[in-house]
Amino acid sequence: MIEARGLSKRFQDKKRGEIRAVDNVSFTCQPGKIYGLLGANGAGKTTTLRMLATILEPTDGTAVICGYDVVEHPEKVRANVGFLSTATALYRRLTAQEFVEYFGRLNGLDEAVLKKRVDDIFNRLDMNGFRDRRCDKLSTGMMQKTSIARTLVHDPPVMIFDEPTNGLDIMTARTITGFIRECRDNGKTVIFSTHIMSEVEKLCDTIGIIQSGKLLVEGSLGQLRDKYAEHELEEIFVKVVTPHYAAEEAN
Amino acid sequence: MSMRNVGIVYRKELTEALRDRRTVISTILVPLLLFPVLSVGFGSLAVALVGKAKEETPKVMLRGGTDSPAVVEGLKKLDKIEIVLETPNWKDQIINKDIRAAVEIPAGFQADVTQQKSDTVKIYNYEGELKSEFATEKVEKYMKEYRDQVIKDRLAAKNLPETVLKPFEVKRENVAPPEKVSGAAFGGIIGYMVILLCMTGAMYPAMDLTAGEKERGTMETILSSPISRMHLVLGKFFLILTAALGTAALSVLSMGVSFSVLGHYTSQSANGREAAAGMILKLGPKTVISVFLMALPVAVLFSATLMTIALFAKTYKEAQSYLTPMTFVVIIPAIAAMLPGVELTPKLALIPILNVSLLCKELVAGTYHWNYIGIIFLSTCVYASAALFIAIKMFQRESVLFRS
Repeated sequence: MIEARGLSKRFQDKKRGEIRAVDNVSFTCQPGKIYGLLGANGAGKTTTLRMLATILEPTDGTAVICGYDVVEHPEKVRANVGFLSTATALYRRLTAQEFVEYFGRLNGLDEAVLKKRVDDIFNRLDMNGFRDRRCDKLSTGMMQKTSIARTLVHDPPVMIFDEPTNGLDIMTARTITGFIRECRDNGKTVIFSTHIMSEVEKLCDTIGIIQSGKLLVEGSLGQLRDKYAEHELEEIFVKVVTPHYAAEEAN
Repeated sequence: MSMRNVGIVYRKELTEALRDRRTVISTILVPLLLFPVLSVGFGSLAVALVGKAKEETPKVMLRGGTDSPAVVEGLKKLDKIEIVLETPNWKDQIINKDIRAAVEIPAGFQADVTQQKSDTVKIYNYEGELKSEFATEKVEKYMKEYRDQVIKDRLAAKNLPETVLKPFEVKRENVAPPEKVSGAAFGGIIGYMVILLCMTGAMYPAMDLTAGEKERGTMETILSSPISRMHLVLGKFFLILTAALGTAALSVLSMGVSFSVLGHYTSQSANGREAAAGMILKLGPKTVISVFLMALPVAVLFSATLMTIALFAKTYKEAQSYLTPMTFVVIIPAIAAMLPGVELTPKLALIPILNVSLLCKELVAGTYHWNYIGIIFLSTCVYASAALFIAIKMFQRESVLFRS
């Protein structure tokens, strides 16, 4: 369960002054559901998700994840979250197994539990062929599996994906989308951000459209179709975003 | 505070560091090879060159002296010198190193000596050129001995004792123990090397564990794990500290071995033994331990400072351009301590790096000023903890971690 309450993030920029990267964003994600955050580049998706993952601290507002406040108990929040993005790289000089074990230990697993958990995950993701291979020698697909294994090692109830398929080839991207579905089917709370319409159409139970740091619209695909009298998500997105986009360009 | 988490980070960083060629080279191979190569290599090269220069028979040109056959005869009899006959372009020949020196005996020299008239014998040479100096020394020594003989003869002729010219002797004698003598000369270098190598040892891991992590995109990965940022930064800090101390320890070790090998090698020859006496350090375990205890807070200071600076950089290259000038910041006070005449004062004892270099000089010489040791150790500890505190604070700042 994720509850964002008036989440805001402001940065100071020397040239442009104060930037509201995320501006008073509130939403709720339920267990066993996928929440999709849809927005153009620079809309505030990454900043929002980084605040949920407590990598960044909100300037205003907060979010509660599994009962823990992101500002007050960031370490407890992180223990309940699996975070995956194309920016979360692997430690190249560790082997796939060492890498996953490292994160298991950081999550406080004792060695016996860790060993069993790692064996389970490596079997399930069919990773035994490259267990002892160093991460810099892995293919993109193997790297993605290793990253997935990292997010699963502490079996978190909440999964956060920041543009997880960005820059991946179609087969690797499918591994990720398959994994996202699996997380939902296992009853996890899932939020992910993307600018790819088809992914949202296929995966999401709830869609939030974000632009200029503001959450403009929220609802299921059906609700949005009815509201904007359009079938294609892309058309809906353009209708929602255009007025704000134009205003921002003018600025 | 959970040392378990710090330990997990430390172990992982150590595994990675030992698998990284650049770290292994800079923290293990360079300090191990530097001193043997420098001391044994350079030392034996110098011994070989000097030996060769001494073996060669330098040519010395004789100018004039036709009316002073006794002196000329004496010169010709000199060992390891070849007297050649006068040619007009003697100056060029010296400059071109065809001959090593020229000796000019004034006309009527021997007659003048007999008549007790003063004359000047000139030796022309190539100053600073090793072989020319050898030749000059030989000729000069011969001429001075000849002069002494003349003086003796004159005194004897007048029935005067030699003490007329030398009413008393002036002699100097060293009472400082040998290790203190060598300490004064070489103690500064030990401190300097330990400090510099602490720095170079910490430099590479400091960049790799901060800017390198940003560059490779693992910063976000590690920050999404439940470990607190303080434990993370401490784990990284201890690895950098290990590298700093490891480098310094390995270098002192290899320096000790090199010196004793060099000592053994030079003591084979009589010439070498004399030269080596002033150069070979006698480092007892007490000295080594005390130098290391003093180096500890310095290593903490370097590790924390380098890590903080490197953390600001987005890429490894950027970090390099920030840290390279830091080397000079460290070298200058360390070199200042090696200058002769710079000694510990209460004020200098508060200047970081300089104070420890100066103290190391004293420690190697076997002098223990406990009040200075106290001041310096405490002040360096204060600087070191300030640096570590800043490093931890910086690691909490988003503007530093996600600088764009």
